[in-house]
Amino acid sequence: MAMAAFRREGRRFAPLITPRPIAAVRSSPIPEYGLLHFTVFDFAFLSLQSQYATFGHGLWLPKGPSNLLAPLGVRSISTQIVRNRMKSVKNIQKITKAMKMVAASKLRAIQTRAENSRGLWQPFTVLLGDSPSVDVKKNVIVTISSDKGLCGGINSTSVKISKALHKFTSGPEKGTKYVVLGEKAKAQLMRDSKKDIELCITELQKNPLNYTQVSVLADEILKNVEYDALRIVFNKFRSIISFVPTTSTVLSPEVVEREAEAGGKLGDLDSYEIEGGETKGEILQNLAEFQFSCVLFNAVLENACSEQGARMSAMDSSSRNAGDMLDRLTLTYNRTRQAAITTELTEIISGASALEG
Amino acid sequence: MLRQATRLLARPAIASSSSFAARARSFSTDLPTAPAEDSTFIDAWKKIIPNIDPPATPLTFMQPRPQTPSSIPSKLTVNFVLPYASELSAKEVDMVIIPATTGQMGVLPGHVATIAELKPGVMSVHEGNDVTKYFISSGFAVIHANSFADIIAIEAVPIDQIDPSLVQKGLADFTQKLSSASTDLEKAEAQIGVDVHSALNSALTG
Repeated sequence: MAMAAFRREGRRFAPLITPRPIAAVRSSPIPEYGLLHFTVFDFAFLSLQSQYATFGHGLWLPKGPSNLLAPLGVRSISTQIVRNRMKSVKNIQKITKAMKMVAASKLRAIQTRAENSRGLWQPFTVLLGDSPSVDVKKNVIVTISSDKGLCGGINSTSVKISKALHKFTSGPEKGTKYVVLGEKAKAQLMRDSKKDIELCITELQKNPLNYTQVSVLADEILKNVEYDALRIVFNKFRSIISFVPTTSTVLSPEVVEREAEAGGKLGDLDSYEIEGGETKGEILQNLAEFQFSCVLFNAVLENACSEQGARMSAMDSSSRNAGDMLDRLTLTYNRTRQAAITTELTEIISGASALEG
Repeated sequence: MLRQATRLLARPAIASSSSFAARARSFSTDLPTAPAEDSTFIDAWKKIIPNIDPPATPLTFMQPRPQTPSSIPSKLTVNFVLPYASELSAKEVDMVIIPATTGQMGVLPGHVATIAELKPGVMSVHEGNDVTKYFISSGFAVIHANSFADIIAIEAVPIDQIDPSLVQKGLADFTQKLSSASTDLEKAEAQIGVDVHSALNSALTG
């Protein structure tokens, strides 16, 4: 990512740090570059000029690992390239700092909503329990991820957990499908599980997240996908630096009835009276759909918080790396500048003393 | 791993507030019913996928609920949640009246465990002499045997924030739409609008 690019840039300067001895440049045979004959004083002028001008035509650059950095005909490495690089690194630092502040303000806005929505899924878990190890034939894994990148590793974590859940729930006569929310998970899952993806939904956060939108989404998913158990995979926002990958399981009404009969956590579901003219099956159906939309709403909000928090910390470390890189470049710049000046002075003085004595 | 974490977290919490500790230990029925996390899931996961840590499940993030006490408690604990806020969380009240699809239902402490689907209507919370009324769009109400009531609604407004003129206008609009509706979908939408607005109307008047 950005950090790897920074490291690569830093490594390019390693040969620069050891300045080339003057004698070596003067006496090295240069048949493959050829054509340029300069006297000592022309060298001096050129190196002075090159600090403030771009390379003129006719200057050949030596081939080699740092081929842009040691032009022939100039005593020292030009500081122009270093300065260009410093400018671009400084711009990158500004951009990442701005991105961090934008992410911080978005996080503030969405964090209160996510915390307020945390009460929404708790009644369902109290009533129906949470049985992620339930054994059903048709599993659907709903993976929630972000649309934009530069947010650290949370999307990769979600995809990793989804793939692990796929492996966990696979077996003979069992089928597991994916419903993907968000571009990043879609890109990663398309690569090897393309045939298992049922539905892809992107641009979730174009409008601010609200319950109506998520309930319509939940409705679409429930209509188009056959399921016995829905497993929603998302990153729960614990704090700005801590995101916990979580999975919530929503069972279809038939499975709920089956588990209630089997006993265990759902065993005392039968003890609940059903208030309403409809049958128990209809109530359970409504309850399951309502549970899915509530859990999905909370999951989407928590994942959005995690995304902004992860982006904040990623941009923060980018800015810090850029700052470090800028420090190193500044040192290199000053060193090459001073080396060039020293070289000129030495040559002028030695030339003058040669004339005298 | 997770179990120890929750235990470590719970221990200082209990030790810090002595009154809470005294209350917590006085009745054994107050101990949490469900374990902090699902050990069967974690064991099954570790068998199949040993390299990756298992994801957390909602049970780890939940406050456990107390067991059903042997005697009927004096107060009903109400959790009234909306997608955007928890209006009432663990509030101890005397009675709530909820608009179930079968009519207004009063819930007192010791009510039998019930799952009720709600229709648009007025919900009132009685605490001593205070009565707070909310108009809720539909939702679900679950009453547990330990006198905990969870009411989940999509929208709730206090009655005094409803504008009567807009209610009348909406009612007239939707009645007109119902009469001119052609497809089933339009009829259903108009019918819902009529139901909600007539409930709002009766909420304001009654």
